Amino acid sequence: MILPNGWEMVVGLEVHTELLTKSKLFCGCENHFGSEPNTNICPVCLGLPGSLPVLNREAVDFAMRIGMSLHCTIAPSTFHRKNYFYPDQSKDYQISQYDLPINSGGFLDLPDGSRVSIERAHMEEDTGKSTHLGGSGRLAGADSSLVDYNRCGVPLVEIVSGPDIRSSAQARAYAAELRGILIATGASDGRLEEGSMRFDANVSVRQSGAPLGTRCEIKNLNSLRSLQRAIDYEALRQIDLIEGGGVVRQETRHWDENLSETSTLRVKEDADDYRYFRDPDLVDLAPDQGWQDRVRAALPAMPAERRAGVVALLDDVTDAQLDAVEVVIDLGLEKYVHAVAEASGDASLAVARTANELAADLDNVANLTTEAFVTTVLMEQRGELSATQAKTVLAEVLISGADPRDVAAAKGFEQLSADSLGSTVASLIKAHPDEWSRYRDGDDKLAQFFIGLVMKLTRGQANGKAVIAELQARR
Amino acid sequence: MKSALQIAADVRSGASSANDELERTFSVIAERNEELNVFLHVDFEGARRVARDVDERVARGEDVGPLAGVPIAIKDNMCQVGIPTTCSSKILEGWRPPYDATVIQRIVAAGAVPVGKTNLDEFAMGSSTENSAFGPTRNPLDPSRVPGGSSGGSAAAVAADMTSISLGSDTGGSIRQPAALCGLVGVKPTYGLVSRYGLVAFASSLDQIGPFARTVTDSALLLEVLAGHDPKDSTSLPEPSPSLLAHLNDGVAGQKIGLVRELVEGADDSVVTAVRSAADALREAGAEIVELSLPELALTLSAYYLIAPAEASSNLARFDGVRYGLRVNAVDVTTMMEATRTAGFGAEVKRRIMLGTYALSAGYYDAYYGQALKVRTLTINAFARAYEQVNLLLGATTPGVAFKFGAKTEDPMAMYLNDVFTIPTNLAGDPALSVPFGTGEEGLPIGVQLLGPGRSEAQLFAAARVLEIADGRS
Repeated sequence: MILPNGWEMVVGLEVHTELLTKSKLFCGCENHFGSEPNTNICPVCLGLPGSLPVLNREAVDFAMRIGMSLHCTIAPSTFHRKNYFYPDQSKDYQISQYDLPINSGGFLDLPDGSRVSIERAHMEEDTGKSTHLGGSGRLAGADSSLVDYNRCGVPLVEIVSGPDIRSSAQARAYAAELRGILIATGASDGRLEEGSMRFDANVSVRQSGAPLGTRCEIKNLNSLRSLQRAIDYEALRQIDLIEGGGVVRQETRHWDENLSETSTLRVKEDADDYRYFRDPDLVDLAPDQGWQDRVRAALPAMPAERRAGVVALLDDVTDAQLDAVEVVIDLGLEKYVHAVAEASGDASLAVARTANELAADLDNVANLTTEAFVTTVLMEQRGELSATQAKTVLAEVLISGADPRDVAAAKGFEQLSADSLGSTVASLIKAHPDEWSRYRDGDDKLAQFFIGLVMKLTRGQANGKAVIAELQARR
Repeated sequence: MKSALQIAADVRSGASSANDELERTFSVIAERNEELNVFLHVDFEGARRVARDVDERVARGEDVGPLAGVPIAIKDNMCQVGIPTTCSSKILEGWRPPYDATVIQRIVAAGAVPVGKTNLDEFAMGSSTENSAFGPTRNPLDPSRVPGGSSGGSAAAVAADMTSISLGSDTGGSIRQPAALCGLVGVKPTYGLVSRYGLVAFASSLDQIGPFARTVTDSALLLEVLAGHDPKDSTSLPEPSPSLLAHLNDGVAGQKIGLVRELVEGADDSVVTAVRSAADALREAGAEIVELSLPELALTLSAYYLIAPAEASSNLARFDGVRYGLRVNAVDVTTMMEATRTAGFGAEVKRRIMLGTYALSAGYYDAYYGQALKVRTLTINAFARAYEQVNLLLGATTPGVAFKFGAKTEDPMAMYLNDVFTIPTNLAGDPALSVPFGTGEEGLPIGVQLLGPGRSEAQLFAAARVLEIADGRS
């Protein structure tokens, strides 16, 4: 979206991601989404009197992986208490990192070549989940509230970007790229619908080049689509306000997906004073060089590198192909593409088949060896299989794990190739002399007429390109 | 009254039984608890079960442990499965912990028999046990006087011969001060020596569990059981438990002991005299006594009354009526929380929550909490410098003997000043103990305080033993 009248938006994102640790941040309770309410709880995460937190080292591993992937500096850090009363927070304070976060000063490069700075990526604990019954359906005015503490104490990393983002599309691209990184590090499953990633957007507007305007923070956006729409809405709201002679108030706003608008949650003057102070129950966290080295050594390749690796195999990349590559990278299926390329096959065909047929049956991808995939793609390339047949073979191999040649043979696909296609084409030419002579005289459109007949005869199992080759050979 | 050491020896040898020792405790409790208000809860059934188990194990020839069959009283701010734990506050009404504090596990594993929960100043905030929501505890030596606090109930349990040993917690003197006022030995161990897991927090960076006993030997016996690394407490020291009993009679020959001016100044004459004669006794036992001054200690009371309330304001936030304890229902959650806390907390707790909230607030943090942390660093450094010159330090535990009920309740500052000598070590994280030495007004006991660097408990006990013998107490 282009903003009117020379306005520019300035956006910074705060992304909360739950970590895929086995247990919670400060206790041994299982970290699992979807359990029966209040079953993954203990004295520590329930904040029972006398209980004490003990830091989970696996969470530190994940936090460092995230920091390293974002080119952050890893430094000795501390834990603070953020004090505020809320029923789903069992201690009425949240343990978080404040002035000394574990990761600071990094950056993230987006596929369009732009760079967004990362101010910090710190560790903290998640809260429980409240359900408000009756009345307004929100905390104030509900008849009663139920609290599920399963999520209370689940480890989070909050990744704070610099105010470097200039459009909602860029914000979305940043969020998507970050999601890919979090998945690649193993820190997150990236399941936005389960709340394992949540976005807060700080939005302000200014005339290009002018000093920063007053920002508003939009809280708890939980999809890429909401993120993009909320930012656009908010930027336009601020522009309308200023152009109408108004002034933007610094405040926290709520995005209503149904109404497609943001509304005031609280203004800055009402902001809680969190009374941060060092948590005396925890000791400083200073991962030594050995620990950092072990984490760094185990880091897998990040999406940007993997994307570049696949794109390098393609000639004249189209936008549609880039989208397909994105799917391949997102799902971590690029080994199939690389295997085809190594066998001197058609990488672009491999990308298409991976992004469509393989992506459509992720549950069974484990059954598909790279060899089987390469064999299928090469058969299609050589015209031994039509596109439709190749898809059918892949679908079958994904389910059964059988050899694609056997699948093609069993379905009778192979007989259609070479000789049988040649004789089919020859008999059709005989049967349709007028059309054939017009084709021979240079009317290429008639190729489609013959392809249609072949397809009809073979119930769609012929390869269009191979039919054209047969026609050309007889022209 | 038999010592814990003697009880354990008798139970192990069969000369007595855990059951007999427990019934004797119950009979003293029956005799005196109504008058003294020591125990808030006596766990007759549970204690009898534990005692029976001890006796059965003895009968089978098992080694039951160093505290075999010893009845022990527990300050009611430590969690024990299924036993009401109130912190002497109405806000924890009806709460029974689903888990044991580490110290409970340790004493039971050592053969001890926890008999019940003792009274304290609400959430350990106070110096007289007058701040309990369940009424004050009386000093067994003179029931018109306070036993001190906040661990007044645990001190009184031993002073009244209900048990030979008990557990207290010391945040600013809450073991040493009541020990002094009740004529007992009371120890505040090195921060991190004893696990805080299961101790309901008052001020986490200062709180430390420790023993009350009539004798130095029993104190060492109990502390050996309590001490040691606990993976459930991140601030627990990594080193193994120190050997204490083996060094009890090491004496003080060749030790250099500093008599600290700031730890005597302002005390009653009888207390000053007692500290001076304690110094003489240590000198006679071969120690070199030097007088020294640590001017930084004058700042510690103010720093303490910012740091401890600041931490408390956060630690006590969880008592909100949502999950356990008292709930005063209201139109919505926020109002319910306010109503619950208003009804559930007593005046002193509210005062400290407000002080602490203020000290941490935006715009005031640097001037109050931040400044107090600097004083804390100065205190740590001052003690460290002193311990470069001397092995141990000596001073008074309290400015005077046990005071009358109501004597200091009208003026919080007067009450706070009762802890002026004990607070500095809590800020430094170092160990200190109070040992009875001499008497004051109306023959009431006086405690002198011995302080040492981190993990110097063995030397402190050896010096305390010298004073115990010199005072004719064993």
